[in-house]
Amino acid sequence: MKKYTYTEKKDTRSGFGAGLLEAGRKNDQVVALCADLIGSLKMNDFIKEFPGRFVQVGIAEANMMGIAAGMTIGGKIPFTGTFANFSTGRVYDQIRQSIAYSNKNVKICASHAGLTLGEDGATHQILEDIGLMKMLPGMTVINTCDYNQTKAATLAIAEYEGPVYLRFGRPVVPIFTDPDQKFEIGKAWMVNEGADVSIFATGHLVWQAILAGEILAEEGIDAEIINIHTIKPLDAEAVLKSIAKTGCVVTAEEHNRLGGLGDSIAQVLATHNPTPQEYVAVNDSFGESGTPEQLMTKYGLDAEHIVLAAKKVMKRKQNAVISI
Amino acid sequence: MKPTIQELEKTASQIRRDIVRMVHACQSGHPGGSLGCTEYFTALYFSVMNHDPKFNMDAVGEDIFFLSNGHISPVFYSTLAHAGYFDKAELATFRKLNTRLQGHPTTHEHLPGVRIASGSLGQGLSVAIGAALTKKLNGDKSLVFTLHGDGELQEGQIWEAAMFAPHNKVDNLISTIDVNGQQIDGPTNLVLSLGDLHAKWEAFGWDVLEMKGNDMADVVKTLQLAKSRTGQGKPIMILMHTEMGYGVDFMVGSHKWHGVAPNDEQLQLALGQLEETLGDY
Repeated sequence: MKKYTYTEKKDTRSGFGAGLLEAGRKNDQVVALCADLIGSLKMNDFIKEFPGRFVQVGIAEANMMGIAAGMTIGGKIPFTGTFANFSTGRVYDQIRQSIAYSNKNVKICASHAGLTLGEDGATHQILEDIGLMKMLPGMTVINTCDYNQTKAATLAIAEYEGPVYLRFGRPVVPIFTDPDQKFEIGKAWMVNEGADVSIFATGHLVWQAILAGEILAEEGIDAEIINIHTIKPLDAEAVLKSIAKTGCVVTAEEHNRLGGLGDSIAQVLATHNPTPQEYVAVNDSFGESGTPEQLMTKYGLDAEHIVLAAKKVMKRKQNAVISI
Repeated sequence: MKPTIQELEKTASQIRRDIVRMVHACQSGHPGGSLGCTEYFTALYFSVMNHDPKFNMDAVGEDIFFLSNGHISPVFYSTLAHAGYFDKAELATFRKLNTRLQGHPTTHEHLPGVRIASGSLGQGLSVAIGAALTKKLNGDKSLVFTLHGDGELQEGQIWEAAMFAPHNKVDNLISTIDVNGQQIDGPTNLVLSLGDLHAKWEAFGWDVLEMKGNDMADVVKTLQLAKSRTGQGKPIMILMHTEMGYGVDFMVGSHKWHGVAPNDEQLQLALGQLEETLGDY
């Protein structure tokens, strides 16, 4: 089992900010738009270096999405920045018609996704955004797990042609992925190989899955941990290959259990190889105020709940030896 | 050589014939607003805009037009066909299965001349502002035109865009509102009053012009005037006063023909009032 450690914690949104700056240096067609949340989206460095390539839209997200769509005509690669809630639910029709249906090369970059937004509460904690975005034909949906992966993903989507939803978060979390990684859109990352249970995790739940893997190992359970950073297009091959070995699945995400990563994987399993699955996700509810840690515990989005789900799903395997 | 007003009127007459024939053929679509805006489209594509029917999505060095009130697609499609973007014969496929001429315009089927999907109202002004910003960033001196319905102004996104463009001195943009006073459920002043549009747009910081939208000479003159006022720090808004259904006497001035197709008899009546000038498709 590969051991993951960290020496530093940082927020994934800072990874976005660093990636945006680098993407801007690499390609002068990259432009950024923000709806009055520059500091929250960590866009300051980009703006400082490329003031002429930044558009402050004000608190007008619908207008921002339309402007971004229009800016692609003539070759710009617009990155929009606001909270995940205002990047999706608030502007769904604008994204649907002007970006997705029109197939515009817009990168919708969404911070403060999920419960870990924290104290601001449920008005700002969107848990439905992955579902909303993955239902749009042609939309790529990515949810990153740490600073390095978010930076790498930001650079990768700048080079990819087509609409993308990039989801990241607010709190500082361990940095455990390679700083020089090559981010491959649509390609799952094998975090740890195992034989007893497949744990597919995305976003902030990847680190929790790693911790869960360590706890399970102490109990003699060999968990395979796979990071699905790209929810759409889903790496179905990696999913099927893993369950062929393990025969059971836990999915873990900071999202409503309806419409998220778990549902995407369930669909692959149901149509190819029906397999017992347990969800670690928010159980069809809104969030609330609290610290990120408190909320993740209360809503069951932590290593402990992944361990429980893994044990439960292993018991549901056909011919399972009930000895756990 | 730019066409004369008489030549433009001849083109407009043919486009109007196309509109009623298209909506009749599929027994759906929006003839009212299309007929009302025919002078505008004709003037724009045959006299005012610098554009290339070979069509390149990025429109570098070309003027761009965005139709925000996408339901008046019949006039848009007929204009594009006559301007050479695609074969006129394709107009017969309007709204039929497997057509590139979808009910509302889209880039999805790669119809030359369309650069954004529209239909869900209120989005085109933002898109146009984006395209105008890119032109500025690229040092491209050409212009961006948009058309909107007056009922469409009830959408909130329009006013987000209305605030943005003057603040950011988007002065390579010429927007037009089809002020026909009608929407699906009735006259705009009964559904939701638009108030003093001239004062509103001026208050938002736009350079506001008015024109008689069913008077070809006035449309050409006003659009040229608008062009001459670009590059002066303000976006331009033209309030275009039209009559819905203009050119067909039984359709004029009523919201009832917003989204209704004529029957066989009504088609013949309408065609009797519209001279075939360039040959029916």
